[in-house]
Amino acid sequence: MKHVANWALSTAAVRGASYADVRVIAQRSRALSTKNGKVGNASDAESVGMNVRVIADGAWGFAASAELGRGAVEATAAQAVEIARASARVKREDIRLAAEKPAIAEWTTPHKIDPFGVSVEQNIDLLLKIDAELRAVAGITLAETNLNFNREVQWFISSEGANIHQTKITTGAGYAAYAFANNEIQKRSYPNSFGGQWQNKGYELIEELKLLENARRIAEEAVALHKADQCPEGKFDIILDSSQLGLQIHESVGHPIELDRVLGMEANFAGTSFLTLDKLRTLRYGSDLVNVVADARQEHGPGLGTFAYDDEGVAAQCTSIITNGLFTGYLSSRETAHMVGLDRSGGTLRAESWNRLPMIRMTNVSILPGEKPLTLEQLIASTDHAILMQTNRSWSIDDKRYNFQFGTEIGWEIKNGKRTRMLKNPSYSGITTEFWNSLDAICSRDEWTLWGTPNCGKGQPQQVMGTGHGASPARFRGVKVGSAFRGS
Amino acid sequence: MLTFDQFADIFDRIRKLSSADEVEVLFTGGRFALTRFANNVIHQNVAEENHVVSVRTAFGTKTARATTNKFDDESLRQVVKSSENLAKVQHPDPDLLPVPNPAEASGPADAQSTSRYFEQTAAITPELRAEGVRKIVGVADRHKLTTAGVFSSGELFEGVFNSSGLSKWHTQTSAEVSITMLSADSSGWQKANSPDINNLDPLRLAEVAAQKAVDTAHPREIPAGKYTLIFEPAAVLDIVGFMFWDYSGMAILDQRSFLTGRIGTRLFGDNITIWDDVAHPLQAGVPFDGEGVHRQKVCLVKNGVVDRVVYARATADRMKRSEYKDSVGPIAATGHGFSLPNEMGEMPVNIVFAPVNNPQSIEQMIASTERGVLVTRLWYIREVEPFEKMLTGMTRDGTFLIENGRVQGGIRNFRFNESLVHMLSNVEAMSTPVRSCGEESFDMVVPAMKVKDFNFTEVTKF
Repeated sequence: MKHVANWALSTAAVRGASYADVRVIAQRSRALSTKNGKVGNASDAESVGMNVRVIADGAWGFAASAELGRGAVEATAAQAVEIARASARVKREDIRLAAEKPAIAEWTTPHKIDPFGVSVEQNIDLLLKIDAELRAVAGITLAETNLNFNREVQWFISSEGANIHQTKITTGAGYAAYAFANNEIQKRSYPNSFGGQWQNKGYELIEELKLLENARRIAEEAVALHKADQCPEGKFDIILDSSQLGLQIHESVGHPIELDRVLGMEANFAGTSFLTLDKLRTLRYGSDLVNVVADARQEHGPGLGTFAYDDEGVAAQCTSIITNGLFTGYLSSRETAHMVGLDRSGGTLRAESWNRLPMIRMTNVSILPGEKPLTLEQLIASTDHAILMQTNRSWSIDDKRYNFQFGTEIGWEIKNGKRTRMLKNPSYSGITTEFWNSLDAICSRDEWTLWGTPNCGKGQPQQVMGTGHGASPARFRGVKVGSAFRGS
Repeated sequence: MLTFDQFADIFDRIRKLSSADEVEVLFTGGRFALTRFANNVIHQNVAEENHVVSVRTAFGTKTARATTNKFDDESLRQVVKSSENLAKVQHPDPDLLPVPNPAEASGPADAQSTSRYFEQTAAITPELRAEGVRKIVGVADRHKLTTAGVFSSGELFEGVFNSSGLSKWHTQTSAEVSITMLSADSSGWQKANSPDINNLDPLRLAEVAAQKAVDTAHPREIPAGKYTLIFEPAAVLDIVGFMFWDYSGMAILDQRSFLTGRIGTRLFGDNITIWDDVAHPLQAGVPFDGEGVHRQKVCLVKNGVVDRVVYARATADRMKRSEYKDSVGPIAATGHGFSLPNEMGEMPVNIVFAPVNNPQSIEQMIASTERGVLVTRLWYIREVEPFEKMLTGMTRDGTFLIENGRVQGGIRNFRFNESLVHMLSNVEAMSTPVRSCGEESFDMVVPAMKVKDFNFTEVTKF
């Protein structure tokens, strides 16, 4: 693909671009799903294209095309320069990029089993077995399962001499059981809601998830929720399971630390951030037990935010975001790094596809596990009275990332160190920094899971991105519970 | 952009490559460009062109789909092979129908055919968009505000061809402007889109957004509670959009719809009448569904009574054989199906609220309100409880206190938790419906609404 890139880079240079980079991307995806004993979706998709990102007259231009012939590539590069010159008509200062030593590299997601090498018959057989197990429970009215595989091959070549070839493999799977009765719909999902668990890994993930083994329990819980008590309203201590805490991190830490959002670049759509620049290294974001990193490196785990280089050729790094409760870092790019006094980008720029501009995205934004050994059962045993909430059902936060409300599929009341009655429709709400400062216990490494959010939306035109979030179950004191149903 | 004839040729090539009993091909794509601005400068500026072919093959009642954006012979051979290989290993689907023929998919003889392609919109250049942004920034500078937003334009196509001789084709242009104006402690917002750029007035939108930011500066905090709300049309669109997934025959069959057991009953106020009507002059979009079937005008709600839901062909067939057949109103394919195979069935996507006999302007609604809140838009709406359609979300970008019939200034934004059933049962007044767009749902023709007893449960810090 170097020849494709060279056509584009040459054209951009001749037309006066001071910087240019080219991404050529080939994506393949497979989506399989079942519903109530039938295959719902069975599709295979491929998409191939290229884009050119340039700086000309001190401003950005970007153009993308599915055509890889010389004429089309050169026209796309020319278009990118034309667009940059149009951008320059409304600018105040030139774009400045933090230096980055151009890399020449090859990398592939570590994996044991190529998911596309597993037969579709085997995939469907697994999904239908799970479906049958779910619907064997009386009271289940709807059972949905899904398997998803993606492979993205990307060539990144820049006018600075970078030449990076990466192959990313993603696997995702999950299911949901719904029980409709007496004008009420209850739902349970496994291993996580809204598509399940996703990682940058091969098909070995499917085997690790123990999907079939958990199906009956999940279905039974969906039915049992109809007889459960409504979650009470008031101030309670709560324990969040690992997957719900992962989403809490995504919404109330991961998004507000995106530096482009902080700097106003997302104001029209996704909003801004309460983390104004003066709060760096001054704001007490959480309690002493809160340590959050943004880590794209392989050693963090096979998260959706794991790669070797980001989409502007910056190597994967680990940035400390919250250190013993103090706010210590943003997610940055080559364009934004200098605005917080950094000499180098934090390596977080990624795009959904060949036809989307790379933007600052969460990598793996994870809360580190507690250092002292603590299992979930031990955490429960040490808790007098709390509500344990598991598996997200709804999520909402304001456009500066202060006020949030989450609902989960299921809860249990904990009394005197024991799990007692099941609760339905649990929800909790709060203000981001008050909430994180109420964390007073977090389980240790054995309870830590690196969850995947496959469809984080951002940007205009909108694009989605996979992000990773590692978390162990944790306890929070004095949280507002149940206000979603107040006054209803 | 490729033409209808070029795609017809591609379909012929695909059909010759396939050994399937039936072949159906969807074509989508076009050109799109977007100029994005923030902090009073253009900070992102993009353009793309893509053409996608999606091939569904069927062997008896086994079917699957494969998609590519390459049209050379080898790529077409591969996409057909992918679709066929995937289809052959599927389990038979007893509900799968043969692809529709042209007669079955056609609309009534007098069906309106509205062109939504405008050359002037297709011809918008980066320079024209930049000039538009420069003027918007000028409005911001004059009010000493910061502005952020987008100015986009594009030409899109969508087509369906199948081995029964059906060929449907639609092209459309689009232009959109969205503007946020920000001060140190307030903001305002406006957004509009249309197939025809001449229907947009970016400078007027900029002035309205700017005035909202100015008028909500130094917002007060008022307590959470139940208020009379005046929703601007975009706010109505954003919240009501969350119920339309349920106006689906498949959703009823799956028992995941809040309309289960409620079709034919009065669920909302008698001033609520809702249609799905792609041909409405203020609507836009493709006039056929994912199988190429003509989209019919369907009455979803009539005077507060849930009238009917929409159906893809196979869903209608299933519903006629189901235990619900006598309790769901008329059952017939309405041309709202998603492309096959899918598990969701269908949904209405061209919503039009019927005008009321005595519409009120927003100013009239304000004048008649003793104490209430005027809402510009809503944000991050999610479903909390599915059967009463309880939703949560935030107000945003221009939230005002109304007292004694006058706007009294800006207030801090609220979180709401409210049931759509309750909301639409408590609409005291509506304006004339207008074409509107938001961020939480698709474009609709909706009115502004005055709603009593809307539940704000929390206040945020700005």
